[in-house]
Amino acid sequence: MFRKLTPRKENLAFRKMTRRALLAGTAAGTAAALARFPTPAIAQAAPFKLGLLTVKTGPLAQGGIQMEQGVLTYLKETNYTMGGRKVDLVSADTGGNPAGTKTKAQELIERDKVDAILGPLAAFELLAITDYIREQKTPTLSVAGADDLTQRRPNPYFLRAAAASSQAMQPMGHYAATEMKLKRVVTISEDFAFGYEQMGGFQSAFQQDGGCIVSKLWPPLVTPDYTPYAAQISDCDGVCQGFAGSNPLRFMKAYANTGLKYPVVTGETGGDDALLKSFGEEAIGLISCTPYTVDLDTAGNNRFVEGMLKNYDTIPGQYAAIMYVSCQVIAAGLQAVGGDASDKEKFMAALRAVSLTDTPRGPVKFDHFGNIVGTFYVRRLGTEGAKYGLKLWNKTIKTYENVSQFWTWPEQEFLAHPVYSRDYPPLTKC
Amino acid sequence: MTGRRIGVAVAILALIAVPFVIGEVYYVNIASQILLYAIFALGLNVLVGYAGLVSLGHAGLFGVAAYVTAYLLAAGYGHLVAILAAIAAGLVVTAGFAALALRATGISFIMISLALGEIIWGLAYRWISLTNGDNGISVATRPAPFGLPLTSARGFYDATLVVFLVAVAACAIFVRSPFGAALCGTRDQPRRMNTLGYHVWMIRFWAFMFSGLLTSVAGILFVYYNEFISPQALALTASAEGLLMVISGGAGTLLGPVIGAALVVIVKNVVSAYVTRWNFVLGAIFVLIVVFMPEGLVPGSVRFWRWVTASRRPRVAATVVERESRP
Repeated sequence: MFRKLTPRKENLAFRKMTRRALLAGTAAGTAAALARFPTPAIAQAAPFKLGLLTVKTGPLAQGGIQMEQGVLTYLKETNYTMGGRKVDLVSADTGGNPAGTKTKAQELIERDKVDAILGPLAAFELLAITDYIREQKTPTLSVAGADDLTQRRPNPYFLRAAAASSQAMQPMGHYAATEMKLKRVVTISEDFAFGYEQMGGFQSAFQQDGGCIVSKLWPPLVTPDYTPYAAQISDCDGVCQGFAGSNPLRFMKAYANTGLKYPVVTGETGGDDALLKSFGEEAIGLISCTPYTVDLDTAGNNRFVEGMLKNYDTIPGQYAAIMYVSCQVIAAGLQAVGGDASDKEKFMAALRAVSLTDTPRGPVKFDHFGNIVGTFYVRRLGTEGAKYGLKLWNKTIKTYENVSQFWTWPEQEFLAHPVYSRDYPPLTKC
Repeated sequence: MTGRRIGVAVAILALIAVPFVIGEVYYVNIASQILLYAIFALGLNVLVGYAGLVSLGHAGLFGVAAYVTAYLLAAGYGHLVAILAAIAAGLVVTAGFAALALRATGISFIMISLALGEIIWGLAYRWISLTNGDNGISVATRPAPFGLPLTSARGFYDATLVVFLVAVAACAIFVRSPFGAALCGTRDQPRRMNTLGYHVWMIRFWAFMFSGLLTSVAGILFVYYNEFISPQALALTASAEGLLMVISGGAGTLLGPVIGAALVVIVKNVVSAYVTRWNFVLGAIFVLIVVFMPEGLVPGSVRFWRWVTASRRPRVAATVVERESRP
């Protein structure tokens, strides 16, 4: 295939004579390409350096760009200050893969000497750098779910202002069993850890309140058409979907086209407000439980939503909101240490102790693993209450306050179980 | 001959000096990445460049070695055991790959290698009890050969450089050996080689094994560098990236893959810090390479250099005629 491209005969003739020149050239080229980029020495009055690990290219880019917009909205609102210090934001694109995330984390920590990191987006990215940020003692506030990073493999330098993967699904399971009176549910979610943990949370809470899971379906992450999976849904009175990215849009279409009418419940990604502009009639009636809702009518949230509309003409979803909240947490922590983040242990302790009352997602505080204890909102998708020129709206119908990642179970009992997986909790006869 | 030796010595000294020249830890790490991907590209180049067999499944071989290393280390085995087992596993899987893929050449070979690579990726992704699925496996420590710890960026760079130089030397010896010549023969004239009594299949098989060995070594370095492995490292995009390194640098040359690896790693990690649309930059560079130097950067630059030096010389009518009369 490549034979045509390369004039081999000629090649062989001159390759020998010039190899020396090439070798020297290569070495010089490598050295030149890697030439040092000067970074200013950190002085006392230097700005607070904030690193953002996000995804701006590839399939996860939509969420990653929202993350950056949330951070920038906060910084514009506060005129690039946090806790009395000027802020210097360094943004890095991980490309959505673990090796890229590691390199970019090194870039932020070793080259740019950031004081704290926001991000990364996906659980597998965070897992690739968790040991590294612990070694480097860099406070990291991420949206990534990965239950175990605040459960069985906690990292003292990690804070999660969003929700552990299973956290929102536990109140959802409770609501489905007690208020929607569902008895038999089919779960469907992507075939990866985030999906397993969401569905595990739903199943545990739902079964505790008398529900039963009929079957679990796991389409691959990239599924061109969900119709064959929707066709397998039967013998139930409700469906729980845990799709992420733009997959909820396509699933709800396939679901409606298959003629299914069972009520559908979902979590933070499946009903994300950023999807509202893209959902059609077929999604009406979707019940979701999320850590953030654009519907929350508080001064803190209105200011945030207006900022997002003014700066980016975009309705914020949870990624933007959680990054904005994470910025508020960093600002409060920095305030508590008098603007001096040089003692990383002290700064981290201050961040963990942050307690805020008026963020876009409501009150925020952290448990001793660094995971959010906050309000979760159950919403119904419909036309009622739609604002900002949208046709569809997620109307809040119930709020659960002070929801911990352990839901109603004692911490010890919860942690004694293995992490939720494809086969845990197991299906029981129903 | 002595001139070339001096050139090689200067290049080696320059590579040793890289950490001192650039100083900053981050860029030393980038240099380590360039070297480890260069080993991967050198391995792939044995097949693509010298055997004329384009493989789209090499990230699978890379991943087998990386996963075996990570799994054994996580299970509590020592570094030596893990590394030897990883190379052994890499070679066994390579043999399996070769036995299946070498039934064909050309497009069919590409498709078989692609399918095999995807099978390995699928296993890494779905055999969760073994590989921990997309959550991946973390490696706690780097080894300390001869009491020299590789935890620092410098230490790791030096170790990678030693492995890299051995790999380059091995490739150079391989290419110049009668076996290397026979391999190029099977690329250019397989039927004639067959007629001459060479066992074409066997030559290709051993070339595949050599390629697999280098790829496995790169996989082990990768897992030690990142201290983490997850299925993304085995995906089709990783195989394609390796192929881009080889083709952009110059397939079938010793230095081409090294330059290609440097190009891809620098654009991916350094340029992306300044340009949001770095994919576009990478794409544009590849288009330019294909348009102006279709044979790759290294042979293309040599051709360009010869053209420059030739045009400086006074033109004599006779030489022009002679040049044109060449086939």
